This record gives sequence, C-alpha cells and structure tokens, in this order.
Amino acid sequence: MIRAIMLSTPLSDQDVEKLRMGDRVLFDGVVYTARDAAHRRLVDLIKEGKELPFDLSGQVIYYVGPSPARPGHVIGSAGPTSSYRMDPSSPYLIAKGLKGMVGKGPRSQGVVDAMMKYKCVYFATVGGAGALLAKAIKKSEVIAYEDLGPEAIRRLEVEDFPAIVAQDVYGGNLYVEGVKRYAR
Amino acid sequence: MGVREIQAEEITRTIRRLCIEANTILGDDVVDALKKGLEKEKSTVGKDIFRQLLENAKIAKEEGIPLCQDTGMVVVFIEMGQDIHIVGGDLNQSINEGVRQGYRDGYLRASSLDPLVRKNFGDNTPAIIHVEIVPGDQLKLTVIPKGFGGENMSRVALLTPASGMEGIKEFVLRTVEEAGANPCPPGIVGVGIGGTLEKAAILAKKSLLRPIGQRHPDPGLARLEEEFLEEINRLGVGPQGLGGTITALDLHIETYPTHIASLPVAVNLQCNCHRHKEAEL
Ligand code: SF4
Repeated sequence: MIRAIMLSTPLSDQDVEKLRMGDRVLFDGVVYTARDAAHRRLVDLIKEGKELPFDLSGQVIYYVGPSPARPGHVIGSAGPTSSYRMDPSSPYLIAKGLKGMVGKGPRSQGVVDAMMKYKCVYFATVGGAGALLAKAIKKSEVIAYEDLGPEAIRRLEVEDFPAIVAQDVYGGNLYVEGVKRYAR
Repeated sequence: MGVREIQAEEITRTIRRLCIEANTILGDDVVDALKKGLEKEKSTVGKDIFRQLLENAKIAKEEGIPLCQDTGMVVVFIEMGQDIHIVGGDLNQSINEGVRQGYRDGYLRASSLDPLVRKNFGDNTPAIIHVEIVPGDQLKLTVIPKGFGGENMSRVALLTPASGMEGIKEFVLRTVEEAGANPCPPGIVGVGIGGTLEKAAILAKKSLLRPIGQRHPDPGLARLEEEFLEEINRLGVGPQGLGGTITALDLHIETYPTHIASLPVAVNLQCNCHRHKEAEL
C-alpha cells in the first residue's frame, strides 16, 4: 500500500505544492459537489461579477451526481463522473481560488495552464467505487441549485476520503506518465 | 406440444429484482477477475485501485448500495421460447414496469431522457429490449444496466474486406487506447465481427455476457481472444487509465456471416462495474 497523505480542507498553496502525481491522499473536512450545469451557472456569476453560493478560495470540488440516498443513509453511491466536461469552466473557478478538483479522466491543456498558474491540483477517485466512496461521506447538504436534482451543489463533510493525485501543479500528469511507464 | 402461459406480472417482478441485484451484487466471475488482477498488476497505484474495487463490491452487497452511482441505461436480452404465450399484459410494458419499480425501490439513479429535449424522465425507462425467438417454452431474461463511460467510448467500423485480421486488431486496440480512462478500466472488451451495422454492435454487447475467463468454443477465435487481450494489456492504460499492466479483465469475440463487400467490426467497452443478472421463467 502506498503511504497516504492526509489533507484537511480548505487547502493552502503549501498543501498543494507538496503533492506529486501518484500520491495517495485522504481528505478530511468540507468538499463541494458540482457537475456540468452547476459549473455553467458558477461561471456565469463570475463573468457577471456576482457573488457565488460559496467562497471558492482554498476549496475542493468533487464531480459527482450521487444515486438517491436510502432512508437512514447520508448519500447514495457517490463515485466520480468524467471530468473533461468541466474543462471549459474550471479555469474560471481556479482563478477564483479553487485549490482542488476531484473526478476521473484527464484534463485539457487550458485547465493544466490554470492549475500551474494559480496552484490547483487535480485528484482522481476510482470510477466504479461509488459505494466505498459514499462511506467516507459523513454529511451531505444541498446548498444551491436544488432544481438541478443530482446535479445540485452539495456541501459534503468527508473523513478519510481516498483519492490519487492525477495531475499536479508542476504539470505532472499520471494519465500520460503512468501509461508511458507500463506500455510495452 | 402445448402453449405455456406466462403472466406479464411475473415478468415485471423478475425484471424489478434483476435491476436491483445487478446494481448491487457484482458477479463472482468479476470479483475473481479483480482478485487475480490485484495479484498480477505491477503498478502500486493500480493495485490500490483493485483493492478499492474489491472493497466496493463488498460494501455494495452488504449494504444494498449501488456499486456505481451511474446505474446505467437498462439493456434487456430476452430469449423467448416460441411456445410461450404472455398473458395479462404486453411484454414491453411489463419489462418497463419492472425497470420503473426496480429503480424506484432500489434507490437507483434514473438517467434516461429524450435525446434532444434532454429532460430526465425520472424512472429510467424505457429499457433497450432485444428479443430472440428460440425453440421451446422457456423465457430467459438478462438485465444489463449499462454505464455510459464505456458506452460513449464504444465504436463500430465497416472495414473493407482487404483490411483483414490486421485491420480488425488495429481497430480494437485503437478503440481501447483512445478510450483511456473514460470507460473506467479495468473492464471487459466485447468485439462483434460480421453481420451488418447493427448486428455487429449487438454481437459485441452480447459477448460481454459470457463469463470472464471462458474462451470462445472455436479454437481459432479463442486464440484470437487471447492474443487481443494480451496486446491490450500491453498498451499500459491500466486501472482507471493511470497506467498499469491490466487494462482489460477479459476480451470476448462473437462472429456472424457478413456480405462479400464488407467487414463490420464493433467494439463495446464495459467498465469494471460489469453488471448483469439473468433469470429463467
Ligand atoms: S463507466 Fe462504469 S464504473 Fe465508470 S462511472 Fe460509468 S458505470 Fe460507473
């Protein structure tokens, strides 16, 4: 097992600067959820110079549209969705202080440039491990865009939420380097 | 031989149960393949991913939580004996009612919608239903909740006959490589060769249902499956596309005669969350 780095949110520049692709991390604290539709609304607000439903500085956003919670459960299955759909929006959020993004699959060059310039890390969680990831979510509350259903923005409180550093602030990209290492 | 009656209600009840079970209980062959993958995988990150997937399957089964939040679009394969008479309702409606109840009662996510209006129907109907009429009086129902990480990366090509085996192999490898992380590897690669445009795609999807590790009965095709699988695992894509030695848990090929002028090939990618459940009535 690879050693895990504990990360308490919100994150600072120093927190993200010490992370390298391939590191295994465990999150503690608050993480926000947002998918495509919520991203588009956030970007519209930023472009209009309006206030956002939550302060982005130091925060982490998880790309997830959970399944419905069973009675007595905090949340349903809660694994990552493909991140590339957020690529056009992410640079705006990163410029506003976002420090971490959590999803699955590689990010575009535009996102990488913003990550390096403003210090933001991209983490991968395991697609297909939604039941396991849900266990690390201790509280879930919709804070904006309830009309979007599973795509609403939620404030999650997580404990030992497992992720992998996929793309770091130095341009390191495990989707490229990792594959190169094992291609024969 | 007489006609056997089956109540539509019974079909609904069965489909409801299969939807819930498929989404929460991973098949033994998949669990075994993940265990073997954990042993064989060389990447430490990859091994960690295998461990998480095995733990996930345990939690999902014990707590009745879906294995994945994308509980898919429901594909139903039906083998219907020609001596069956369905009474008390119509086949398609009874299946869709089963999907509706299963997704509601199992707390499964509804994802189906009109392709252009794009407003969620909220009950995950309609299912994609493939019916095959066979001899006898048995009704076999197979439910596959298909995730779209893999579906979006699947491809069909109508190759020229001259492309031959090399062309097929090149297309299969390219499809898996370009899909990268998106179909949530390690998964199953289904390959349909021959037929027409839609036949190749259905063959590819149906091939996913064969148990992992079971080779095609035709020795030539069995060898081809092994060769393709080995080459795919040499691509280095690995678990979740983060690099590693196991990209696919298995690869299945099914073939069908085709036209002199064509060589259709379909590749249907299935994710690690390889869900399917069968029942016979
Ligand atoms: S591709 Fe499969 S494992 Fe990945 S998110 Fe979709 S359903 Fe889940």
